[in-house]
Amino acid sequence: MIDLKNLTIEKAHKSLKSGEFTCRELVEAYLKVIKEKNGELNAYLEVYKNVLEQADVAQKKFKDGNATILTGIPFAIKDNILFEGQIASAGSKILENYTATYDATVIKKLKNAGAVIIGRTNMDEFAMGSSTQTSTYGVTKNPHDITRVPGGSSGGSAVAVAADMALVALGTETCGSVREPSAFCGLVGLKPTYGAVSREGIIAMGNSLDQVSPFGKKVEDVEIIFNALSKHDPLDSTSIPDELRDFKIKKQNSKRIGVPWHLFKEGVEDEVLENFKQSTEKLKDSGYEILDIELPYSKYSLAVYYIIMPAEVSTNLSRFDGIRYGFSIKGENLLEVYKKSRAQGFGKEARRRILLGTYVLSHGYYDAYYNKAVKVREKIRKEIMQTFEKVEFILTPTAPILPFKLGEKLDNPVAMYLCDIFSAPANLSGVPSIALPSGMSKDGLPFSLQFMASHFQENTLFDIGKKFETIR
Amino acid sequence: MNIKDVENLAELARIELTEEEKKEILSDMESILGYVKQIEEVKVEDVEANNEPYNVWREDVLEPRDFSPQLIKEQFPDSQDDFLKVKKIL
Repeated sequence: MIDLKNLTIEKAHKSLKSGEFTCRELVEAYLKVIKEKNGELNAYLEVYKNVLEQADVAQKKFKDGNATILTGIPFAIKDNILFEGQIASAGSKILENYTATYDATVIKKLKNAGAVIIGRTNMDEFAMGSSTQTSTYGVTKNPHDITRVPGGSSGGSAVAVAADMALVALGTETCGSVREPSAFCGLVGLKPTYGAVSREGIIAMGNSLDQVSPFGKKVEDVEIIFNALSKHDPLDSTSIPDELRDFKIKKQNSKRIGVPWHLFKEGVEDEVLENFKQSTEKLKDSGYEILDIELPYSKYSLAVYYIIMPAEVSTNLSRFDGIRYGFSIKGENLLEVYKKSRAQGFGKEARRRILLGTYVLSHGYYDAYYNKAVKVREKIRKEIMQTFEKVEFILTPTAPILPFKLGEKLDNPVAMYLCDIFSAPANLSGVPSIALPSGMSKDGLPFSLQFMASHFQENTLFDIGKKFETIR
Repeated sequence: MNIKDVENLAELARIELTEEEKKEILSDMESILGYVKQIEEVKVEDVEANNEPYNVWREDVLEPRDFSPQLIKEQFPDSQDDFLKVKKIL
């Protein structure tokens, strides 16, 4: 029996290398758990048919002596990441039959490394949501309490890792879609610097915000995946050239953590705040300096996000028109084909955001909404960058609340959006942020906190994350 | 915002809505816009105008790509002789 609960990439690699178990045996152990649990949890939408062949390819790498750290490591991937020849539906009916025509850059990298991609995981439709309840393919349940949501939008990937149905997973973030489910499922989730990991082959939601983001049980796993994926990609015009990624770390500030206490005055559950305060005390005891910081513009992050993101969504999703991607509803004329296909192919939340985006970009409202939001975003970015001249990290709870009950917040969009109130500053300013488990509530639900650091300072996030794992 | 505005937006976004859906969208929009409206109070006069997204160009040169033409064609709901088939436009 392989101890999946405590398995890490490093441990698996050692065992695969020494022959303690084979790539096939490892993936079969996960397939067994999937068989037992996926019916109830609905983390995977599909387990790929070629999983065992992938494991054999990986095994050959070990035999031939060209295995690397990710060879044979079982991954789950979110349903919006293209894997050639496999369906990628983004949790939407409009893409139910869409088969990817090429590999996303991140998939190419995983394939080259010999990773084993088990299957695609459930998600909020087009990554729009914070609870994995808006997927056309049903809700995903939280393994800590199946009456509760796993967070979202990458809830399927989070649950796959949390319930030992994959060793690690990839999700995507536009605003907290990996950090918030990491929080709700007790995992580590990293939102990399914008432009660090290629977006080529990712079904876009908000192009100026999206990043592929890894899940793991431990910081070291997330670090290994990030290092494997963080490379310049000429196919993504927003990918940052490798030579621009090396910033000198200001060592003298490395123990300074800024906490914007004024942002938690309201809307944060008591238990969450209490856990957060305890965590800051533990950090203090370990020699970190906790400073009170003010982020007056970041207070508007979520409002800015809910203008910029729908604007980008309405543009991105215009390509799904019943003409090119499989799903199509017949009509009298072309316009009717568009309207009927989009009406029946998109769910409620996707339609809501498309219409909202159309509104904020429309004549007469563009300046008041979109243009203003772009300017406030710039203010937020500057404010965050100036803060990192004074402190090495910004620390907040990952989410203001604990995992909520299935069915909750679906009829109140703003209440749902508020789950990501602390996520928005990192996505809007492009800085990296890591979510870390910080204990369990009295009802057995995970707490989480998140650190942000300056652009391309992922290494400092991994360092403090590993430190926090020892003191939490 | 009123029902007419919702109808106009749905027309622009090419989405057919039922009467019931229009009412629901109207109420959702009002609550979301009510929330995002708070950015009105932010002063941004000193933000330079050059912070808008810009295009990144590349030379228009032929390069091999690993797209599968066969797979692309298979995604078309309707096709004829390797061409994507749509309703007539004019």
